[in-house]
Amino acid sequence: MTHLIKGARVLGGDPADLLLEDGRIAAVGERLSAAGATVVDADGLVALPGLVDLHTHLREPGREDAETVETGSRAAALGGFTAVHAMANTDPVADTAGVVEQVWRLGRQAGLVDVVPVGAVTVGLRGERLAELGAMADSAARVRVFSDDGHCVADPALMRRALEYVKAFDGVVAQHAEEPRLTAGAQMNEGDLSARLGLTGWPAAAEEAVIARDVLLAEHVGARLHVCHVSTAGSVEILRWAKSRGVQVTAEVTPHHLLLTETCAESYDPVFKVNPPLRTDADVQALRAGLADGTIDAVATDHAPHAVEDKESEWAQARPGMLGLEQALSVVLETLVEPGLLDWAGVADRMSVRPAAIGRLDGRGPRSHGRPLTPGEPANLLLLDPAARAVVDPAALASRSRNSPYAGRELPGRVVATFLRGEATVLDGKAQK
Amino acid sequence: MKRHLLEAADLDRADATLVLDTAAQIDQALAGREVKKLPTLRGRTVVNLFYEDSTRTRISFELAAKRLSADVINFSAKGSSVSKGESLKDTALTLEAMGSDAIVVRHSASGAPHRLAGWVRGSVVNAGDGTHEHPTQALLDAYTIRRRLGRLDGVRVAIVGDVLHSRVARSNVWLLTTLGAEVTLVAPPTLLPVGVGSWPVQFSYDLDAVLPKADVVMVLRVQLERMNASFFPSAREYSRRYGLDAVRMAALGDEAIVMHPGPMNRGMEIAADVADSVRSTIVEQVGNGVSVRMAVLYLLLGGSPQ
Amino acid sequence: MAGSPAPVPENQSTVLLGAADVARVVDRIAHQVIEKCAGGGGAGDEGAGLPDVVLVGIPTRGAPLARRLAGRIAAFAGTAVDVGTVDITLYRDDLRMRGVRALEDTVLPPEGIDGRLVVLVDDVLFSGRSVRAALDALRDLGRPRAVQLAVLVDRGHRELPIRADYVGKNVPTSRAQKVRVHLAETDGTDEVLVTEERR
Repeated sequence: MTHLIKGARVLGGDPADLLLEDGRIAAVGERLSAAGATVVDADGLVALPGLVDLHTHLREPGREDAETVETGSRAAALGGFTAVHAMANTDPVADTAGVVEQVWRLGRQAGLVDVVPVGAVTVGLRGERLAELGAMADSAARVRVFSDDGHCVADPALMRRALEYVKAFDGVVAQHAEEPRLTAGAQMNEGDLSARLGLTGWPAAAEEAVIARDVLLAEHVGARLHVCHVSTAGSVEILRWAKSRGVQVTAEVTPHHLLLTETCAESYDPVFKVNPPLRTDADVQALRAGLADGTIDAVATDHAPHAVEDKESEWAQARPGMLGLEQALSVVLETLVEPGLLDWAGVADRMSVRPAAIGRLDGRGPRSHGRPLTPGEPANLLLLDPAARAVVDPAALASRSRNSPYAGRELPGRVVATFLRGEATVLDGKAQK
Repeated sequence: MKRHLLEAADLDRADATLVLDTAAQIDQALAGREVKKLPTLRGRTVVNLFYEDSTRTRISFELAAKRLSADVINFSAKGSSVSKGESLKDTALTLEAMGSDAIVVRHSASGAPHRLAGWVRGSVVNAGDGTHEHPTQALLDAYTIRRRLGRLDGVRVAIVGDVLHSRVARSNVWLLTTLGAEVTLVAPPTLLPVGVGSWPVQFSYDLDAVLPKADVVMVLRVQLERMNASFFPSAREYSRRYGLDAVRMAALGDEAIVMHPGPMNRGMEIAADVADSVRSTIVEQVGNGVSVRMAVLYLLLGGSPQ
Repeated sequence: MAGSPAPVPENQSTVLLGAADVARVVDRIAHQVIEKCAGGGGAGDEGAGLPDVVLVGIPTRGAPLARRLAGRIAAFAGTAVDVGTVDITLYRDDLRMRGVRALEDTVLPPEGIDGRLVVLVDDVLFSGRSVRAALDALRDLGRPRAVQLAVLVDRGHRELPIRADYVGKNVPTSRAQKVRVHLAETDGTDEVLVTEERR
């Protein structure tokens, strides 16, 4: 199928036509024409490289009632993503070549985004001994990102070994930074509000202490480190310091930590329960600034679908996590683009280029992501209507779950179309399969 | 009054005073009577939904509801559908379908009554949720102070002990300050919450410095398992630094009273001769609890629905 | 005067009883109580049965009315009578139809009401439901020898088989009208008003 996109503003620039042919961008220019091409009117729309998520929970295998690779892929495509990293905390855990290949195959069958499995760092996420990281790296899934997400690799010796070991295949350890002894029973950010609400506090220091330790370890062994869902102002400071020393550290922030604060917990509605927890307004401002200046490399959704019964409960009993794929770009528009902290090139950098690079998806092959929108590159892109505004209705989401923290909130931006290697996965805002 | 009583932080001065005045009128109306029963809530059904064991609070609510002629159903989580995995929401909807007008809920999870209030049409009364609040305990404490000292405005109240984990302390902080009392929290720093500085109270680590200036000393129960989590080194050290014994009691002013929400660890946070002294209101608090809970049930259920 | 309700313009109050009328009516009831309760004896015998009597006011305005009545009885008969109040809020059968109300005082003489003659005192007798609630409350408070009822105004429209033993003034009204009693103790002035209720 050949697509001719008419009048799209590439990275917000002047309107141009893009011809997508044989999975690649064949031409970019004015008044292009191609016989037999499907024409997509992109008047007023911004073209961005297909988004890459470093942090998605697809729940399959194990909790197909909450999400499947297929439904999560559809949600991702509707959000403008062309690649997502599927986290390892499934049941069974993705700690063997067999499980990561299963997830990878399910992703290819769905065919809506490239599903890139993340391998567990330790067997069963138990933090005791390393999983067969090399076998996962060598598998068909070609795993490069390893994470025990949901659990911290708390043992410093084990973390050091993991950081060192994955150097052999250019892997990276994505750390869920949470010192477990400081967060036993924790329910929300520790501070004035947790004291009043009587919810056990999750101190910022529990995140910052682990990040500080890990950047020192990464520096010492000369390894790459990626920090998942950074949530505090202090973490941004530590990352800034580490990067100034030349440590090979990258970091991500979630849409919800860019927009929401701990005050959401006042309702005791567990749709706002997440790990790490929503923090203060000062933290939110520091995270936005950190993303804007590049201290934080990427926006990653931490899309965490949960079945109704896991959220319609007491706060303490509820599972942590919230949906993110379908609203990620809108939240970035709201929190960074509209306030002038980030331009369209910046959005492309933080949501496509850098996450693809961190996951090593940015090579020159046909299956690469995060590449520029220039002739010869794989045709992975999205078209966004930045002027549209809509109220989020969880019932209308493609995800199998409904735990969106943005329910009832008006957000800017609408993904009109998404193309994966030239195929439209989304057209007119609707998934194509 | 609002439809629910979820937290003392929610009560303004007028609401709180109305509860205390109503309790006083009920006490007066029932004083010396042989028939301690009023027909007010005849035909109404009150469910005591207790996910934690608490014999004294449950009995107090049960007595309060029965004295107002409401039908009372006691639903304890143990040995019920809850132990078979039924969710709080399903339990609440089931109880409401059976015709309950009010649910009195005790739960180990902070905020559980707030969740319940979002699911049911009837009234919800918080009988203690996690480490959040226990508003009727604070109301009965305020009522007890007002009866003993004749006022709440300007009364200096020291709340001593495990403030961090205490719903009684939280409710009293909000209610007593709303009613004009000056509250000082006294505890080792490990047992004061991070963020206590934003509360409208003073705090101190030194009980002996606070006692001479206190009109009321409210002693909180200390759970011994806190010791194992290093909140303090030993029961002996806690008792030595923060226990209220006869020597410390002697430092109190002549009119000062000693309170405890019960159940007490005698010899730990409070010495037996203090608990049994004339200053102690511990037994009164229990009696006042029934009157205050009658007042709450009347104010929530006595009027027209909505 | 009595017979048909005075034509009252909408939302305008008509004064039924002024301050002097109220005082006169209270005096008359006081004399009637003395007569009825003293056993109807001749001169000098007045007030012989009065120590037996307890005047029990129904808050809000029945309470000061009962105190006034006691004062006039003491003045006329030279004998003090006991006074009390019974708040009937917790005994009302219409709680679910109204907003919740603050409670008022319930105070009885230390000797109680067992075996005594209780005279309930209220400002306006209308449906009779307040009196029924008061009777229920009395039953929980003790066992009087007999219970009588004194009201300042009887405006008709009874919904229960209840009648007053002492009536200051009978005022035929329509249901659309509202009868309001003001007393110096609670409202700063003594008067009885009839107002046309706007629907």
